[in-house]
Amino acid sequence: MQLEVEIARKAFTNAAGERHDVLVDLKFVLGAGEVGVFVGPSGCGKSTMLKIIAGLDQDYQGRVVRPADARIGMVFQEPRLLPWRSVEENVRLAAPRADDVALSALFTVLELNAHRSHFPGELSLGLARRVALARAFAVEPGFLILDEPLTSLDDALAMRLRDQIATLVDSQSVTTLLVTHDVDDAIRLGDRVFLLSSRPARILAELPIRTPRKARGEAEIAAIKAEIARRTNGDSANGDAL
Amino acid sequence: MWARPKTLTPAHSIVRSPKTEMFRFLSFTTFLATWWIAALFAGGEKLPPPPAVLAAIVEAANSGALFLNLGVTLARVALAFTLAMTLGTAIGYLMGRIRLADRVGDPWLILLLNLPALVVIVLAYIWAGLTEVAAIAAIAINKLPTAVVTVREGTRALDTTLDEMARVFAMPRWRAFRHVILPQLAPYIAAAARSGLSLVWKIVLVAELLGRPNGVGFEIGVAFQLFDIPRLLAYALSFVAVVLIIETVLVQPFEARVSRWRPRAA
Repeated sequence: MQLEVEIARKAFTNAAGERHDVLVDLKFVLGAGEVGVFVGPSGCGKSTMLKIIAGLDQDYQGRVVRPADARIGMVFQEPRLLPWRSVEENVRLAAPRADDVALSALFTVLELNAHRSHFPGELSLGLARRVALARAFAVEPGFLILDEPLTSLDDALAMRLRDQIATLVDSQSVTTLLVTHDVDDAIRLGDRVFLLSSRPARILAELPIRTPRKARGEAEIAAIKAEIARRTNGDSANGDAL
Repeated sequence: MWARPKTLTPAHSIVRSPKTEMFRFLSFTTFLATWWIAALFAGGEKLPPPPAVLAAIVEAANSGALFLNLGVTLARVALAFTLAMTLGTAIGYLMGRIRLADRVGDPWLILLLNLPALVVIVLAYIWAGLTEVAAIAAIAINKLPTAVVTVREGTRALDTTLDEMARVFAMPRWRAFRHVILPQLAPYIAAAARSGLSLVWKIVLVAELLGRPNGVGFEIGVAFQLFDIPRLLAYALSFVAVVLIIETVLVQPFEARVSRWRPRAA
């Protein structure tokens, strides 16, 4: 159940007809049940990478081997809910095999019980993001893809949601790929942190974190943060960043 | 299997306030009064007053001819409308999704859009004889292109991000069509149905006038030849009443249902 990614090159042609490389020589392997977190400056091509890995974009050079027969659960950068279906229907449509007990537990963890019959248009962005998370977890995925699931939320809510994601990832033990530009999220959630350069994105460094998620103390987190800062600053000193 | 959850918010019903009802009634009585006054000025020959037309309606109703003719016309409308909407939606969806289909279909669409209804009807009668099939096909062909254009626009406006969502979650094709695509097309299909229905109402009478031995259009043709204005108005108004009833009882509730998830305008 491991994920192998080897993207030799992904380019876009802009309106003026010029080709721009977005991803170059991106290569990594993620073990079964591992949480890999990608951190990089915004616009570096993280979402493009996730689209390729999710199988939504076939137009690239290289190869991606997804965990065999694994169901994919994905949280997009925007919630992408069906506005004409209720919260519960949105989740059930993606996960028709989910049983009522598991769904109830999921709705409880994500504090969505009061909103089951609401339509997405009636939800705040934070709630809609939680519904998107519920949908991704409800399919009991073998492979989970999270594209900046915590952006544009206030700190308190982001922190709660991050803990909820950690709880869910630990309880279901899925191979997870998380993309973020928040170093804090990366360190608290990841088993391995990949630092990406600015466009065209390549992997600058790979930092394994061996302490289990729950046991990570503030001191350790601060140390890893300093290490990441040191490495990314080196990058910008070379004139690569932004 | 995917089971529909039972806890759904009720569909927004189309309740009208008493005030709106009053205004509607007022507008109707104003129409009647204007008609009556105009009849007094124009003389009963050219514009019979409401009671004369009512008498003609009652007479036609008593003989059963009114219901027979209305029924026949309604059946033609239903058949032609269903045919045109089904074909039009399918073709419009294909043209919106597949570039080649759009390229091939577009000139035909422009031709059909601009072809006068009369030409289609006359040609259909010439080529297929004065038959029911010719009449219904001619009406359907007149309505088809507008349905195609509207549904094609809707298909082009489909949200690709939701398509991606459906693909990632490996939704089976039919479920994705029903829950992701169809709700996005629904307002366009409703718009096509709305404009298409009024088009069919108009064309069906012409088709009947030109080549059918019954129906409201045929009766109006006879009344025209006999200069029987009360009968002409009796059929015209009964027909309008049926159209109004169908619009309020069928079309408007359908529109309200498909758009129930949208926040309503105040």
